[in-house]
Amino acid sequence: MSKKKIWQVFFYLLGITALEFFIALVLIPKGIVSHGIGNFIYIVLTLVKAFYIVAYFMHLKFEKVSLISSIVVSLIFIVYFIVLLLTEGAYLHVHMNK
Amino acid sequence: MSTTLSQLDEVKTGAWDGGKSPMNVEYGKIMMWFFLLSDAFTFSAFLIYYGAQRFSKISWPDPDVVFQSIPGITDHGAPLVFVGIMTFILIMSSVTMVLAVEAGHRGARNEVIKWMIWTILGGLTFLGCQAAEWSHLHHEGYWWGSFPETYTGAEQVGALQFANLFFTITGFHGFHVFTGVLINIIILCMTMGNVFEKRGTYLMVEKVGLYWHFVDLVWVFVFTFFYLV
Repeated sequence: MSKKKIWQVFFYLLGITALEFFIALVLIPKGIVSHGIGNFIYIVLTLVKAFYIVAYFMHLKFEKVSLISSIVVSLIFIVYFIVLLLTEGAYLHVHMNK
Repeated sequence: MSTTLSQLDEVKTGAWDGGKSPMNVEYGKIMMWFFLLSDAFTFSAFLIYYGAQRFSKISWPDPDVVFQSIPGITDHGAPLVFVGIMTFILIMSSVTMVLAVEAGHRGARNEVIKWMIWTILGGLTFLGCQAAEWSHLHHEGYWWGSFPETYTGAEQVGALQFANLFFTITGFHGFHVFTGVLINIIILCMTMGNVFEKRGTYLMVEKVGLYWHFVDLVWVFVFTFFYLV
């Protein structure tokens, strides 16, 4: 990967982080963006940052498809775990706090 | 054709039919990838448990209130500023790591040394910042099993879980940064000792680079879920 590309990715990461700060320190306190939508945007931006780090810095984008898929497809277990535990948390929120 | 070969007897020549390296990646690098995958499972288990706890509690400490100090400068009124600096330092040290890997591809020994030193300094600075933040929170009353007296009634349940999970998760991440710095120092010494020069490849720099970027990657998630959400 060329030096130019490395710095380009760095500025993407920096820009996204700056945008997150702008949402947290300006948009949400002023009430322009609600907490719920803010959180959704944070998570999307975090995943975009994760993509840039893994794809470019860790060079995964340029590996063979078999390596990419054996790493990325396995992450489905994490998605499943998120669904399971957040469902459980929401259930406890209703039933444990009675 | 004088002889006909049955389909079964033909020697297959595909990428996965043996004698080749189908992923075209060296063994150690593949193992680093799968170690990182397993580490990703560990970290996500921590963070998902944190999410589940946060979902289940009636109240949860507000990050903008908990994290509003810059150690050594101000005790309150600056939400997110200090963690912003920490995030910047870690992203920056990730960049210097890729630059070290890039220099390694060109076999430029002195450049590898220069960028490895910057990466190590970035890691140490991050650890220093984290120590300062932990110490600040500890003085405010947060620790494993304890939280400030400002939390009353039902708020205490969430505050306790927040304190436990904050120190456990950032501690586990900090431990990764610490080991990352140690490994980077070893690689720096090996580079200075011309080990990779003799070996003819700087692949080892690439492998520790993967680990270092992973540590940065985890921080991106910790930052979002503890400080922003």
